[in-house]
Amino acid sequence: MTKTVISVENLSKSYRLGQIGTGTLSRDLEVWWAKVRGKPNPMLKIGQTDHGNQDGQTLWALSDVSFQVQQGEVLGIIGRNGAGKSTLLKILSRVTAPTSGQVKVKGRIASLLEVGTGFHPELTGRENIFLNGAILGMSKQEVQRKFDEIVSFAEVEKFVDTPVKRYSSGMYVRLAFAVAAHLESEILLVDEVLAVGDAEFQKKCLGKMGDVAALEGRTVFFVSHNMAAIQTLCSSCCLIERGNLIDIDTPSITINKYLKNNQNLGIIKRETNFIKWLGMPEKKFDIDQDISIDLPFIVGDKDLESITLALAISKMDGLKIIRLQTELITKGYHLQANKKYIFAYSIDKPNLAPGEYFIEIYLNDSNTNIFWAQQIPGFEISTKTHSNHIRLFYDRVGIIMPNFSINLKKID
Amino acid sequence: MTDQPETWDLIIEPKRGLLDLHLADLYRYRDLVLLFVRRDFVAVYKQTILGPLWYLIQPLLTTITFTVIFGNIAQLPTDGLPQFLFYMSGTVIWTYFADCLTKTSNTFVNNAQLFGKVYFPRLAVPVSILLSNLITFAIQFTFFLAFMGFFALTGADLRPNWWILISPLLVFMMAGLGLGFGIIISSLTTKYRDLRFLVQFGVQLLMYATPVIYPVSSIPARFQPLIQANPMTPIVEAFRYAFLGAGSFNPMNLLYSFGFMVVVVIIGVVIFNRVEATFMDTV
Repeated sequence: MTKTVISVENLSKSYRLGQIGTGTLSRDLEVWWAKVRGKPNPMLKIGQTDHGNQDGQTLWALSDVSFQVQQGEVLGIIGRNGAGKSTLLKILSRVTAPTSGQVKVKGRIASLLEVGTGFHPELTGRENIFLNGAILGMSKQEVQRKFDEIVSFAEVEKFVDTPVKRYSSGMYVRLAFAVAAHLESEILLVDEVLAVGDAEFQKKCLGKMGDVAALEGRTVFFVSHNMAAIQTLCSSCCLIERGNLIDIDTPSITINKYLKNNQNLGIIKRETNFIKWLGMPEKKFDIDQDISIDLPFIVGDKDLESITLALAISKMDGLKIIRLQTELITKGYHLQANKKYIFAYSIDKPNLAPGEYFIEIYLNDSNTNIFWAQQIPGFEISTKTHSNHIRLFYDRVGIIMPNFSINLKKID
Repeated sequence: MTDQPETWDLIIEPKRGLLDLHLADLYRYRDLVLLFVRRDFVAVYKQTILGPLWYLIQPLLTTITFTVIFGNIAQLPTDGLPQFLFYMSGTVIWTYFADCLTKTSNTFVNNAQLFGKVYFPRLAVPVSILLSNLITFAIQFTFFLAFMGFFALTGADLRPNWWILISPLLVFMMAGLGLGFGIIISSLTTKYRDLRFLVQFGVQLLMYATPVIYPVSSIPARFQPLIQANPMTPIVEAFRYAFLGAGSFNPMNLLYSFGFMVVVVIIGVVIFNRVEATFMDTV
């Protein structure tokens, strides 16, 4: 049975823009005194309405956001900078209070909004582990119990009695993350802290976060711009735009929506007047179909010799899956001036997993690139499944979804 | 959703009641308070040559300065006590109060970085400041007692008496006053930074309005009510009276100070509590 551990109800948070108050105590007192006597604000310019501040408007960092989170869920939060993601985490972690609405929580919340919060450079690694643990809400015994685990996770065994100001930045971050990751709270809030540390350690952190949810049944909020991490870690994902909750769904659906809403689709990186691109219709294929891609264009006023073409297919998050170059199968084409052509690609059953795919095109003549475009919405693979599959988990199938069979054999 | 009413451990809401102070939280975070104390204590004198000796050097230098300037040059009276002891008692006591006040008054501004990232009961910081100052005070006060012993052996007329027993209460009152004023100022400085500059100056002035460098008995009668209105006056006088046996000491005045402290602490905690909810937006 699922258990709701966080219930966010009509949560809003507003910030006043511009200067707050009049800036000096004596004038604020004057304004307050006028208000007490029922007089209009003496600092107000004529014709101005009273907002409490003069040149300010209100910014709704979050407006009327409601959702629920179940125990053990890893909820990804995505959105552009300034969309309200961090504000949401700040309210959840009680750093700041909401303007209206409420959040109901079951269990303890620990937040990891920044790595190494409260580390004191003069103190040793050991002392900082205890201090940081306590700041994050752990008792001394809890830290003591987890101490060895934390130290070995951070890989700082040798330096535990060295002041952290002598640490390399990598060690510092590792130690800080290790403390937070070993918190025994039911709910963990993580804000974009994995952008630090080397790739190896990032992987370790992501793994740890996955464990936290899967093995220990804890709930994780994860704000990130790393779509791949969201995709692999999260069980659901919500998209926030300008303070509004746009969607809460499986990660791949939300991420697609986010990327679609926010990317300039079809960025032409280079265009010369040798050819003119005519765009391409969006297409939809089933998973077990051959894929055909037509690239129509019109040649400019000059004939073109030895034209080669490269087509790359990539996922929404930019991961390149296939790159098909005409050089592999032919030596360049001859194109006549002012004629329309179509490059018609055909790919035998690539078995791409359901989802939307972008394409990228490079067109070269013998010595230079004459056309280059990226992030063109290419085609969609429908969620219709292979004929022998009885159901489809289209969210966690990886990149390639080949047809497969499996036999269970009794060998003894 | 289940039908039965759900129980929630925590409800995050826009505004808290005036007296919804979350003091239980503070108790739950007691380890943090102690670690803060340790941090302050350990970190301050790292990479200094004399280290903790500074705890002794500071009051000693101040006392010598006072003795020379106010005792020898200005020749202020000291209720018949040895000048050195008179100024030292005043200095040690006053330093505790003044440090509590000035350090707690920076709570929000100095910790904005930390407060902006993680929740813990904000009161943990000022409370830990009181405690770490208490350690300093204990060291300095022991130092004072050593000098007292030395003067007693050399034949000074000192009359410590049973009122010594109330000295923990006196320390408590100073801590309370320092905390109360400190967190009120701290709450206001989130909006008005001017107060930070005022605090240094204000504490300095307040010292001259407190019988630190002069005894109450040397004040003309018409100014007596004024000086007695200062809640620190009875505390300093009571201290001197208990340990050195001189000065004007009146339990009623002490009661007044106590009442004053309770009021200031309550006002302080309430304001602090209001500010902590949203100070990140104004600081």
